[in-house]
Amino acid sequence: MARIVHYVNQFFAGVGGEDQAGAGPVLRDGPVGPGARLAELVAPEHEIVATVWCGDDVAPGKVDEIVALVRSAEPDLVVAGPAFTSGRYGLACARVVAAADQAGLAGVASMHEDNPGLDEAGAVPVVASGEVARRMAPSLDRLAAGIRRLLAGETLTADDGRIGKLARLTVVTETTAATRSVDLALVRLGGDGAATEIPLPRFDRVTPAAPVADASAVTLALVTEGGLVAGDNPDGLESARATKWLRYPLEGRDALASGDYMSVHGGYSTVWANEDPHRILPLDAARELEAEGAIGGLLGEYFVTTGNGTSVANARRFGIEWAGDLRNSGARAAILTAT
Amino acid sequence: MERAGIPTALLCNLVTIAERVGAPRIVRTRGIPYPTGDPSLDAEGEKQWRRQLVECALEALQTEVHEPTVFEVGQGRTSTSSAAAPSEVTHA
Repeated sequence: MARIVHYVNQFFAGVGGEDQAGAGPVLRDGPVGPGARLAELVAPEHEIVATVWCGDDVAPGKVDEIVALVRSAEPDLVVAGPAFTSGRYGLACARVVAAADQAGLAGVASMHEDNPGLDEAGAVPVVASGEVARRMAPSLDRLAAGIRRLLAGETLTADDGRIGKLARLTVVTETTAATRSVDLALVRLGGDGAATEIPLPRFDRVTPAAPVADASAVTLALVTEGGLVAGDNPDGLESARATKWLRYPLEGRDALASGDYMSVHGGYSTVWANEDPHRILPLDAARELEAEGAIGGLLGEYFVTTGNGTSVANARRFGIEWAGDLRNSGARAAILTAT
Repeated sequence: MERAGIPTALLCNLVTIAERVGAPRIVRTRGIPYPTGDPSLDAEGEKQWRRQLVECALEALQTEVHEPTVFEVGQGRTSTSSAAAPSEVTHA
């Protein structure tokens, strides 16, 4: 019998909604929430011996803590999700299985193909779930089948619903590249314009947020990908391919003095930004509108990263983390400047 | 951020890219290296332009959208400012 430890968020653990998004991580014995059904599906050969849950807002940053709890239950396999299209949850699931993998623990995650966390699972298999929790039952069926195969020592492929990065392996085909290209051209001419041997990454469609009813009643955040940092970049923001974002205080400041800030962005000439940082972050105008009552309030800090050759996976993660952070701090809308 | 429920006005010059990747609320600016500025104006004029951009962003944040939507400063008004507006900078 194999021992499975299941990772879920605070919602699926039955702990609470957004009010509990900052709680955890917590280790509990046996299956919890959707784990109950999953346990039935993998029984009697395998058992969910423990569940670790953590709140969505803090989980992506508490992965080490989560994996330590997972490890304490001595799993043969770590299972995370299904996370459907929930961004923070998907990111946490992907990071938990990726970190578990680094620690020598086998794992599998489940989420929808459009989940922004997908890419962070690295080499760990991810099985497709439905888009929303209403698709829980078929999602668990597929996940359970994947679990059985993995625990039988097999590898998951697209036939098992595996999504995300698949290792590119050298295979011998019966026809040469010349023949295959002509075949592919014919297929495309025949109407299947998407046929390919090498699927390209695609951008997912974002459902726009509801507007704010009245800007004069909400707290607004200023964020930028323009690489504007305080002082001489004490926190080492990268000039390209950023792997992180930073926050700097705006509390009590009405303007950004030239010389106190600089841009480290490597993708545009920073002469104008360094001459007047407001060209990247419009604090002066925003303060003016705040004083006149057109803006309810400005968040007491700004977020910054460098959008220059930044991977889509990292950019998605920054967005998810920014949104979670803003929600916690009470900000309800943002102005994002892009160079 | 939009997906997570935070309406976000994207102030940028490369509007076609912003549309292609699906940013829902886009405010068109005048140059890549200065999204909220315009060095061709004098200090007072530039500050005024910046204020107009932020006001336009506020309008975008208060508008319901269903697909990538571009908001322009002064949109819907008679184009009194266009004569003085410098052409878009598209280098970098």
